[in-house]
Amino acid sequence: MRTTSPLAGLFGRSPIGPMQAHMKVVTDCVNNIVPLFEALGEGDRERLVALNDKIHALEGEADDIKNELRSRLPKSLFMPVDRRDLLDLLNAQDSIADTAQDVAGLLEVRKMEVPEALKQGLLPYVRRTVDAVEQCNRVINELDELVEMGFRGRAGERVEEMVGELGAIETETDDQGLELTRALFAAEDEMKPLDVVFWYELIQRIGDIADFAEDVGDRLRLLIAR
Amino acid sequence: MEYAAVFITLAIIFALYMTWGVGANDVANAMGTSVGSGAITVRKAILIAAVFEFTGAFLAGGHVTGTIRKGIIDASYVPAPEILVWGMLSALLAAGVWLMVASYYGLPVSTTHTIVGALVGFGIVALEVDAVQWQKVGGILASWLISPVIGGCIAFLLTLSVRRFILDTDDPFGSAKRVGPVYIFLMGALIALVTLFKGLKHLNVNMSVGQSFAVATAVGVIVAVVGKLLLRRIEVDREAEKEFHYASVEKVFAPLCVFTACSMAFAHGSNDVANGVGPLAAVVSIVTTGDVEQTSALPVWVLILGGTGIVLGLATMGYRVMRTIGTKITELTPSRGFCAELAAASTVVIASRLGLPVSTTHIIVGAVLGVGLARGIAAIDLRVVMGIVTSWVVTLPIGATLAAFFYFFFKGVFG
Repeated sequence: MRTTSPLAGLFGRSPIGPMQAHMKVVTDCVNNIVPLFEALGEGDRERLVALNDKIHALEGEADDIKNELRSRLPKSLFMPVDRRDLLDLLNAQDSIADTAQDVAGLLEVRKMEVPEALKQGLLPYVRRTVDAVEQCNRVINELDELVEMGFRGRAGERVEEMVGELGAIETETDDQGLELTRALFAAEDEMKPLDVVFWYELIQRIGDIADFAEDVGDRLRLLIAR
Repeated sequence: MEYAAVFITLAIIFALYMTWGVGANDVANAMGTSVGSGAITVRKAILIAAVFEFTGAFLAGGHVTGTIRKGIIDASYVPAPEILVWGMLSALLAAGVWLMVASYYGLPVSTTHTIVGALVGFGIVALEVDAVQWQKVGGILASWLISPVIGGCIAFLLTLSVRRFILDTDDPFGSAKRVGPVYIFLMGALIALVTLFKGLKHLNVNMSVGQSFAVATAVGVIVAVVGKLLLRRIEVDREAEKEFHYASVEKVFAPLCVFTACSMAFAHGSNDVANGVGPLAAVVSIVTTGDVEQTSALPVWVLILGGTGIVLGLATMGYRVMRTIGTKITELTPSRGFCAELAAASTVVIASRLGLPVSTTHIIVGAVLGVGLARGIAAIDLRVVMGIVTSWVVTLPIGATLAAFFYFFFKGVFG
């Protein structure tokens, strides 16, 4: 006689833990871009390359978790959240790491220097962007509490509040990004044209990281509302 | 009657074989949610099952047994008592064999459904189509559809109430300690009431409505006080709360699950053991009295035998299934296990009091789905649910065919 039970198979593996694990790795990955820009400012090439490798490795790790999670979310799974919404949330989380990787890759391939006009505002901008991702991680950390509460009540309200905070941080980064873009425009004539193009690109990309973090928060709101 | 001793011996062997199968496989399903949520250990579950399966069968098994032995076949169609004896033996053997085969392939089957199917099959081939009390069979079939739904509804409401009164409060931990005993009281009182209210006739205990209510309340208060004492020892775990806000509250649900596990074992014993020994009771009664109408009282030793079979099954195989469940179900929290099990136990106890042979496994699955519908479980595999529904449908014809086959076998040997 087999020692199995239909009940054991009834409970599928929860996607919540892997979602949180994924977000944790994404956050670890993004956390490296502050030292990355510090290394850039100090002209420490070696450290920059090392950090770029680290970011790539962590992005790869996040991808692995993502693929593993995707492969075991069959349509026959009955979950308290919509499967499509959950996958979209996962994609949004993943985009954060992807973008961080793009930024790091660009800095590694194209040897650049921080222009004088951006020196003051750049690091605070990057730091605030990372703050947004950290906040996003905190929000995702509430997912298991949300399941416990059936996505309602106090846990739901707390998450709404946290997502609101995330939105506020993102707005701040928007302002900072705009400020930097203006500074860059004013300094255009003194810089090499290609450098100008790529710095616009970098400012944009860093902003994207915060945008994706906000996107994660918004999608979580959707999960709660269903 | 010729071969009287042979018939009784065979019936005892088959009934033991079948209840052994129930103990080996089915008990683990019944108590799976509390074991799976980690609220109680496998060892505790086995101990609880041994005691309460037996008590459930002994105290509350009589009604279901009655339905199995008298409710499905109309005795006035039986030309000779031997034929009914062969039929009951075939039903037992069919159920035992199918339980074995299905468990081997990992299919979720219900003993109850097999026995009912087997009796119907016997009625059709040995007597005539009209000998089957189709109206009663229809009622039983309807109860198979309705009981998981009712279990699911109760589980849904329980999940909402746990959220409302415990989780979504300023101090969930304190609320759990306060409200927990109330749930235990309600559960203890309900089960006691259902069991006592004219349910102990086979033990010559007859209580009036008032007496039943009084005793049930007393039982409820006693278990609630025991629960309160158990809960007092639970302390807040700040470290675990950093990871998961409701970690301490869930700790409170662990001792509560001990009570639901007890009631589930009791309910399972009252329903499933009784199904298993129903045909045995019939054989004993026909052979000793020669009366196919079976007006004689249910011998108590039959229920004891069923309880013993279950405990044997538990001791030899059941603990392994239980351990598998304990390691395989990792995503269930004690509060969910509590809601599902409490709902299922109430449903099964009420059904068996009404004499309805229901399937405990199907009701617990219904209850789990109910918790899921309240958005309480992170992932439920609907393929497994489909498998259970399928087994539901195929078990009846298979039970009927096997029973028909065994009937002709017995007829050939003894006829």
